[in-house]
Amino acid sequence: MELSCLTLGEASSMLSKREATSVELTTAVLDQVAKRDDVVRAYVTVCADEALAQAREADAKLSAGTADSPLCGVPMALKDNLCTKGTRTTCSSAMLKDYVPPYDATVVRKLREAGAVFVGKTNLDEFAMGSSTENSAFFTTTNPWDSKRVPGGSSGGSAAAVAAHEAVFGLGSDTGGSVRLPASFCGVVGLKPTYGRVSRFGLIAFGSSLDQIGPFAKNVTDCATVLGAIAGKDEMDSTSVALDVPDFTAGLKSSVRGLRVGLPSEYLGGVDEKVLALIRNAVQMLVEAGAVVEETSLPHTKYALPVYYIIAPAEASANLARYDGVKYGFSDRQGDDIWEMFSRTRGNGFGPEVKRRIMLGTYALSSGYYDAYYLKAQKARQLIKEDFVQAFDKFDVLITPTSPTVAFGIGEKTSDPLSMYLSDVATVTVNAAGIPGISVPCGLADGMPVGVQLLGNYFDEATVLRASYAIEQSLGDWTKVTR
Amino acid sequence: MAGRRSILCLRSLERRTSRGVVAGMSLTREEVLHVAELAKLGLTAEEVESYRGQLGVVLEHIALLNELDTSQVAAMAHVTGQENVWREDTIRPSLPVSDVLAAAPAEESDSFRVPVVLEG
Repeated sequence: MELSCLTLGEASSMLSKREATSVELTTAVLDQVAKRDDVVRAYVTVCADEALAQAREADAKLSAGTADSPLCGVPMALKDNLCTKGTRTTCSSAMLKDYVPPYDATVVRKLREAGAVFVGKTNLDEFAMGSSTENSAFFTTTNPWDSKRVPGGSSGGSAAAVAAHEAVFGLGSDTGGSVRLPASFCGVVGLKPTYGRVSRFGLIAFGSSLDQIGPFAKNVTDCATVLGAIAGKDEMDSTSVALDVPDFTAGLKSSVRGLRVGLPSEYLGGVDEKVLALIRNAVQMLVEAGAVVEETSLPHTKYALPVYYIIAPAEASANLARYDGVKYGFSDRQGDDIWEMFSRTRGNGFGPEVKRRIMLGTYALSSGYYDAYYLKAQKARQLIKEDFVQAFDKFDVLITPTSPTVAFGIGEKTSDPLSMYLSDVATVTVNAAGIPGISVPCGLADGMPVGVQLLGNYFDEATVLRASYAIEQSLGDWTKVTR
Repeated sequence: MAGRRSILCLRSLERRTSRGVVAGMSLTREEVLHVAELAKLGLTAEEVESYRGQLGVVLEHIALLNELDTSQVAAMAHVTGQENVWREDTIRPSLPVSDVLAAAPAEESDSFRVPVVLEG
């Protein structure tokens, strides 16, 4: 068994039984990076030396029997918008190309304390703005299933790393689908927790009312394990919630007999025929396991994309105002005064998509337009949320495609920003409402992975994971489910 | 999703205008320059023109929200309804100044050094 292909569960078991060491496992993963990353290009920064040092520390704990987390000694990938103290954190932007944070993000600190091994920082769409990782200022990550296709975005690097076994698990961030979409495109599990479930401290902010950090994993159980390690109230993030973190792995195997599953019709239009067939097959798995599935309607679904493309850019325009060449990052001082420094630094430091969104957001918030755009969007957002609140009165989970298509070709959508935004049509509703959502691989359409999305009630990741586990187990080897 | 099918028909502001749709959401060059100034984004003339077109297309899509009657709806303040989160105002060590200045493009006397703000 090639060590790099292990799941978190398998790796954890082998490490604690001392059937393998963390150094062996980390070395195997680093070898895999050396073998595949020339083409996949998941990593912006590979931290080989630090990773092996962490692995040695983990081995010491594992040998002494003092390891207290299943993540101890396991190599993982971190999206490069998560602050890692002493290791550059770039957001795949020229603006932060050489930025070294003076502190760890809370999730990074928790994973360090658990003994996880950081293989490196992965590529993303610049400042997390995008759906394909093509907006990275450095390079495009390719889909491990087909190097001419995108891995999805914005957390394309982390998704690709896990799919290519260049990490056993990973972390990404999800503002409009940026964990779930690449998970779907790359054939891995990706979860966006409920807003507030995981601390955002140290996640370089994009849309503060939408952002959540979420795990990428090779299976649902692994995903549940990682969620448990990163969740919890954090006094450094006042939007994190003081709710107990349950053992998310505990109820996975419980029966889904009687589970009430809703299939919202608005998510089925415009979906590729083969993708839809695989989604319906996944639904059938739940039915055969005893769940009760019923079509339903979330009437405000179509407004989620416009709502998102006002609120996210508006919040981004505020969050990215800090990049001014004064305190850190790129600074263009060729002008005459501080005003030119701001203008040149931001004009040259940000890529085109980032500038587009800052412009959109600034416009939506500006005097004369605030009511028509931002305020209107926040009201519409309330209606989108209410659709879900009402749905969860009748259903335990909702099931939809994660994306209308499989991974598209590199360059296919880059000349048309709006067509790129439409990739998010099935995922942005979830961030707008703040509920949890997961993408689970459910088959291959023309050889490319397809993800099925499950949505749950606020803070009910447990039910989402349980339903996901049921589908996963019923499908067996999902790569053999083809259309 | 009828809304989405109609969105897929959109390609550029110019083509839709030629089909007789009112291009009410197009931005003027002055508006683009105004927004760029508010956001302190230095743009080239080409960028001004290309963003003008691209933003116009996106704003056209966003106009879909005008269909919604939100007159009786309160704007969302927080997605899970959380209210003010308090803590004791206790003094704790912050980041050391040296750590903070370590990433500074220019620094002097424990401060960030910047080009002139006000002349004279």
